[in-house]
Amino acid sequence: MELSAHLPALIVIIPLLAAPLCVLFDHPRAAWFISLLSAMFCFFAAIGMMQMLLNVDALSYPMGGWLAPLGIELRIDTLGLLLLLILSASASVILFFALHSVEHEIDRRQQPMFYAALMLVLAGLIGITVTGDAFNIFVFLEISSLATYALISMGRDRRALNASFQYLIMGTIGATFILIGIGFMYVMTGTLNIQDLAQRLPEVSDTKAIKAAFAFVTVGLGLKAAMFPLHWWLPNAYAHSPSVVSAFLAATATKVAVYVLIRFLLSLYGVQYSLGALPFDKLLMFLGAVGVLAGSLVAVFQNNIKRILAYSSIAQIGYILLAIGLASQPGITAALLHLFNHALIKGTLFLALGAVSFSMASVRLTELSGFGKAMPLTMAAFVIGGLSLIGVPGTTGFISKWYLVTALLEASLWPLALLVLAASVLALVYIGRVIEVAYYRPLAPERQHKQVPLTMHAGLWVLALSNLYFGFNTELSVGLSSLAVNQLIGFAP
Amino acid sequence: MNEILGHFNYLIVVLLMMMGLYVVIASPNLIKKLIGLSLFQASVFILFITFGKVSGGGPPILSQQLTAYSNPLPHVLILTAIVVGVATTAVGLALIVRVYEAYGTTDEDEIDAMDNADDKPVV
Amino acid sequence: MRDLFAVIMLFGIFSFIAALLFLDMDAVDVAFTEAAVGAGVTTVLMLSALRLTQRYENVSHRHAGMALVVVTLTGAALIYGTLDFPSLGDPNAPVHEHVAPEYLQQTPEKIGVPNVVTAVLASFRGYDTLGETVVIFSAGIVVMLLLGLGRAEDFEQQEDILILWVVVKPMVALILVFALYVQFHGDFGAGGGFQAGVIFASGFILYSLVYGENHTRKVLPARWLPRLAALGVLLYAGTGMFSFFKGQVFLDYNALADSPVSGQHLGILLVEAGVGLTVFSTVLLIFYAFSGRRAVVHE
Repeated sequence: MELSAHLPALIVIIPLLAAPLCVLFDHPRAAWFISLLSAMFCFFAAIGMMQMLLNVDALSYPMGGWLAPLGIELRIDTLGLLLLLILSASASVILFFALHSVEHEIDRRQQPMFYAALMLVLAGLIGITVTGDAFNIFVFLEISSLATYALISMGRDRRALNASFQYLIMGTIGATFILIGIGFMYVMTGTLNIQDLAQRLPEVSDTKAIKAAFAFVTVGLGLKAAMFPLHWWLPNAYAHSPSVVSAFLAATATKVAVYVLIRFLLSLYGVQYSLGALPFDKLLMFLGAVGVLAGSLVAVFQNNIKRILAYSSIAQIGYILLAIGLASQPGITAALLHLFNHALIKGTLFLALGAVSFSMASVRLTELSGFGKAMPLTMAAFVIGGLSLIGVPGTTGFISKWYLVTALLEASLWPLALLVLAASVLALVYIGRVIEVAYYRPLAPERQHKQVPLTMHAGLWVLALSNLYFGFNTELSVGLSSLAVNQLIGFAP
Repeated sequence: MNEILGHFNYLIVVLLMMMGLYVVIASPNLIKKLIGLSLFQASVFILFITFGKVSGGGPPILSQQLTAYSNPLPHVLILTAIVVGVATTAVGLALIVRVYEAYGTTDEDEIDAMDNADDKPVV
Repeated sequence: MRDLFAVIMLFGIFSFIAALLFLDMDAVDVAFTEAAVGAGVTTVLMLSALRLTQRYENVSHRHAGMALVVVTLTGAALIYGTLDFPSLGDPNAPVHEHVAPEYLQQTPEKIGVPNVVTAVLASFRGYDTLGETVVIFSAGIVVMLLLGLGRAEDFEQQEDILILWVVVKPMVALILVFALYVQFHGDFGAGGGFQAGVIFASGFILYSLVYGENHTRKVLPARWLPRLAALGVLLYAGTGMFSFFKGQVFLDYNALADSPVSGQHLGILLVEAGVGLTVFSTVLLIFYAFSGRRAVVHE
């Protein structure tokens, strides 16, 4: 077997091994370098698998040589590939950025461990994306969660500690709920393999146990994905963690939680059951819409830019959930599109903020008067991200909003389409506030600011420009999303 | 009647789970919350293991003396879950220690009050 | 109940009873692990954390309303779900069909060890166990990041625990040997890497609790522990990768030796060793982090 056949396993194993290697070598630069190499390997592996997926529906890899359902199989289809591209690309770019950001914000002796933790989060998330076994999802979810608690707590503010603990409590309850759901499903079918479950569930889908299982899994995943009203942990976690961590989490962690939700709803239960038989689609749309509105509104009144972005993320997740609730081809395509695009958008915004934090040692609007003039390049990138968030034509954000609004209109849901547009106006307001402080206020001369290093600029601008690139050339994003949706909904149990 | 007896154990386990969950949500003390969480998780484990039991069977270690065995798969899953649970508890405890050092208390209400009072970042 | 010390003790008792329950359900490996990990390690860690924080809970001014609502809803949903469950011990339940009999059948043929749980854990679902080992490793890293490794405190020798002094030394030796037994005998009886790792660490912890940490930290310096844990993970994953070079998939032990069954034996031995190493290092590391924190904070 040549190397390419082993890619599904390697894309998990390489970052998984990078973590203990970082600990063994115990040197900050070495740890950074190992991490960067691993992330880039994952990216190239994802590209390689994309080539392989042109010919087949999905890539399957039996771990340990035992075929499913006896053993654990890895299974990568188009949806999984989409996620892998997002994860590995974000990780690589953010790691580039991280070289100086981490040196600035984290104590030197702790840096190797920090990178190890980062690699563990990446390995965990990738592990979730490639596996075809439900219990395996739980194990890797906990790997990434544990490492995340550590990363969040390393913010310089003492509130990072409390934020991390709250997330630990909520996250563990969520994970336990997911475990309960998996257990109920196992009791009624006797298997843990996702494909196998999809085949066996229809016979037992009317039982109370399966309905309860469905409820528990979705609540558990809702907690992890910051679905309203279970989103409490997110603003504090994003606001108080180190810049690299906020960027990384915003671009990856919640996306994977939504991915698992989609996997359960569509691959496991099947779209007719989860979004047809049960009234779950209405509930999703309702919660998504509330999330959009609440998140955008609260964002307007925040002083700390990180909090603005955090609440904005809750709104974005609301969009995605709303789109899924539509249960239609265009709806779910819009959802997947936004998964992809939002990673780019928030990645750009949080990295820009990281540069601001590095240079001006604050992220509060009241303390940052005129900083757009002190950091022109960085703020330009922020503006691009901001325009994308609002949904200005020419950016990825516009593409997402376009697909979402047209999907809503196709379903004759005028009020919700108006809601989406209203939320865009709110986005204009809260981004506008930041821009106003950046450019239209006088620069406070006493404010010290450091030069932003090249690596930070490089990372930031790759993301910023990709917002524009994918705003014009939608072949990749739309193509993959549509293909994935076909596989998911066309999959009739 | 057999049905009720056969399901009785599930009821008890659910009660245990709810007690654990209640402590997590209702208690303001961070350590107690964590203990409640562990209780909640341990009860879930008990639930899973009861699935695996086969009447008249024995532990799934192959031997000449046994004809029937209890199901090994839940055992494997719960072994993993126990370890994951203790890892989470250890991390939670470490966080609590750091919180105590930074805030001087392990009471959630007092911590929230302190957070809202000083909105400036404190290192 | 406001005395957290009492709460923790009760929790320890609960864990122990849970272990007994598992035993009654024929889950011997799980009972073993729960006793060692749940009743043992968790209780020690909680007490260590308690020592570093406050022992008594403040009087609560909270209202229980919201919590009761959530709990009632969740409990109702759970009970609703269990109404359809097969009765306890029903041999015709779906769980006992399909995959489970396969494991029981294939283990003697393909793997050749009597303990089916070890076979499933280390071979059939070995990838999950690799993930689990990484979870433990992650916990070690996280605790190190949060608390550091600490330093041994000056230990006041207390004279009224003479009986402990006399009894514990030989006990520690026995514990360590027993741990090795559990590690290598795990294929044949209850046991394996996890339990062995925990028990081995318990030997060190017991010694530290009675005689102070100075000696244990000299015998096995704390800084080595994270590296040992890393090595354990690398050993496990390395065994998996070895199969690559022989042209098989990851973690396929058949490729490790001349005959598939010997390959399985060798593979299981290696990965369980990796697990044992990581578990031992991490548990001890976490203990040191907590017990050594006081000395660091008070300087």
